[in-house]
Amino acid sequence: MNELILSKRFNLKESHKLQTYLSTGGYRSAERALKTMKPEAIVEEVKVSNLRGFGGAGFSTGMKWSFLPKERKKPVYLVVNADEGEPGTFKDRYIMEKDPHLLIEGILITSFAIGSHKAYVYIRGEYVKSYRILQGAVDEAYAKGYLGKNIFGTGFDLEVMLHMGAGAYICGEETALLESLEGKKGFPRLKPPFPAIIGLFGCPTIINNVETLSCLPTIIERGGKAFADLGCEKNGGTHLYSLSGHVERPGVYELRMGTPLRDLIYKYGGGIRGGKQLKAVVPGGMSAAVLKANEIDVGLDYESLKKAGTMLGSAGIIVMDETTCMVEALLVTARFFAHESCGQCSPCREGTGWYYKVVQRIYEGKGRMQDLETLMSIPVNMGGNTICAFADGAAMPFSSYPVKFREEFEQHIREGKCNPTKENHAYAYH
Amino acid sequence: MAFTFTPSNQKKINEILPRYETKQAALLPILHLAQEQHGYLSPDVEEAVASLLGLPVVKVREVTSFYTLYEKKPCGKTPIRVCRNLSCTLLGGREILEYVRQKLGIDVGESTPDGRFRLDSVECLCACEMAPMMQVGDDYYGPLTKEKVDQILKEGRK
Repeated sequence: MNELILSKRFNLKESHKLQTYLSTGGYRSAERALKTMKPEAIVEEVKVSNLRGFGGAGFSTGMKWSFLPKERKKPVYLVVNADEGEPGTFKDRYIMEKDPHLLIEGILITSFAIGSHKAYVYIRGEYVKSYRILQGAVDEAYAKGYLGKNIFGTGFDLEVMLHMGAGAYICGEETALLESLEGKKGFPRLKPPFPAIIGLFGCPTIINNVETLSCLPTIIERGGKAFADLGCEKNGGTHLYSLSGHVERPGVYELRMGTPLRDLIYKYGGGIRGGKQLKAVVPGGMSAAVLKANEIDVGLDYESLKKAGTMLGSAGIIVMDETTCMVEALLVTARFFAHESCGQCSPCREGTGWYYKVVQRIYEGKGRMQDLETLMSIPVNMGGNTICAFADGAAMPFSSYPVKFREEFEQHIREGKCNPTKENHAYAYH
Repeated sequence: MAFTFTPSNQKKINEILPRYETKQAALLPILHLAQEQHGYLSPDVEEAVASLLGLPVVKVREVTSFYTLYEKKPCGKTPIRVCRNLSCTLLGGREILEYVRQKLGIDVGESTPDGRFRLDSVECLCACEMAPMMQVGDDYYGPLTKEKVDQILKEGRK
């Protein structure tokens, strides 16, 4: 096992309490940062650390922060993206429920570094438990002076506010999240301007994922270089991988960036349930291209998975065994994107709905061979033609399943039924 | 009949409003409160919230119709949300949904006649490690079996 940074308190008794956090070194990094470091020096350390946004895009965190305007005429906001929604991902929930003070300390250090005095945490509406635990931790932090006025006697003030979403995957997209936070429907904004220039309430805003911010205490404690060395080339630190599907031990695994996918499934996840054979893996949440069983000798980092034609995304790994019907797996995927498309751009709104209908037709045994060509052409016309990356995310699975498992799709069309289970899909999906 | 907030909710609203930079930013939390009080967001509620925040009603309607957690018609008190996404489907989520439907005698999108439950089939709730799973009220349950569903529904009826 490698060293644990993000999950080291997960198994402690009352791990969410301030007392537990303090007795295990908590808030010392924030105190050091606020008392002895200049904001610019923190930004530098974060750049050196190779920390990359763990929300899915993998953009350099230090770089993102440095896009803020040098001249500050308006307040700067920090917005924490806790709208976890990428299918197959559940790591941020673990941080908020098991070590909420780690996130709060990360928020405090980051706010100081970017010069923000108000942070919003946008939590998905279904995460009621996470909300309550995090609010409890925020209250504790206020009571003990880790939030509020004159923190550590340095004169630095910070207000942290929790804000509940209301059930929309698209609000995880950072500009849709800002719209939602302003009390509007979650339509992504045209960029540029980027949020660092014009974000929340028209002010400069930095939006970071829960896990990303939770790395800050370690970066301050050990320095950016040491954090970078915990990971692999260009990918600093460790990462929380969410493992689910047909594995013996699903769960959150904190591993070094670049850990082989095979090791995650077989060494840590205990292999395929019931001793069955592996068939396919989605390596980075539903928006990632699917991998076949013979493609799992790849490192779980941004560059390696990109080279393999897919992406690390939010590091939600969904494992499928030999009994899985790939047409059904794609159908569930297509239904998700059709349901969650916000409807603002027509290539995405129409493309996802159309694609879903075609897959449904094949699944129900009414497919035609030319449907496969349609399935290939739709994602081509969606990708790159919309305001946000949702359509590009949908295009990745849409263009990989019917190629990598073409024989199975052809058989479905020819015989009107499924290969692995030999059963006819008579029932309709809804 | 025009909708009004209870005194205790009005007090909460008075605390919420000054914390936001604009009145409109408080729309989502106030709609959550309204739904908690009224059970669903009727046109009356939308109008009351709009006038409270100084917004055109259409700005409120845009929001209530966009987000899935806002109920637009009368419904059962406790939501049951069965996950239909990939990890849950791989591990029997469809059978669980079918079982819950049979057990409650209602279809997806419907409520039980006694007004206790409403049933939804939802996208990923991000608890794939407990697949197949569902949310009943505020709480997550999984991995589910038919026996566990029986037990959860029995508890929920109390």
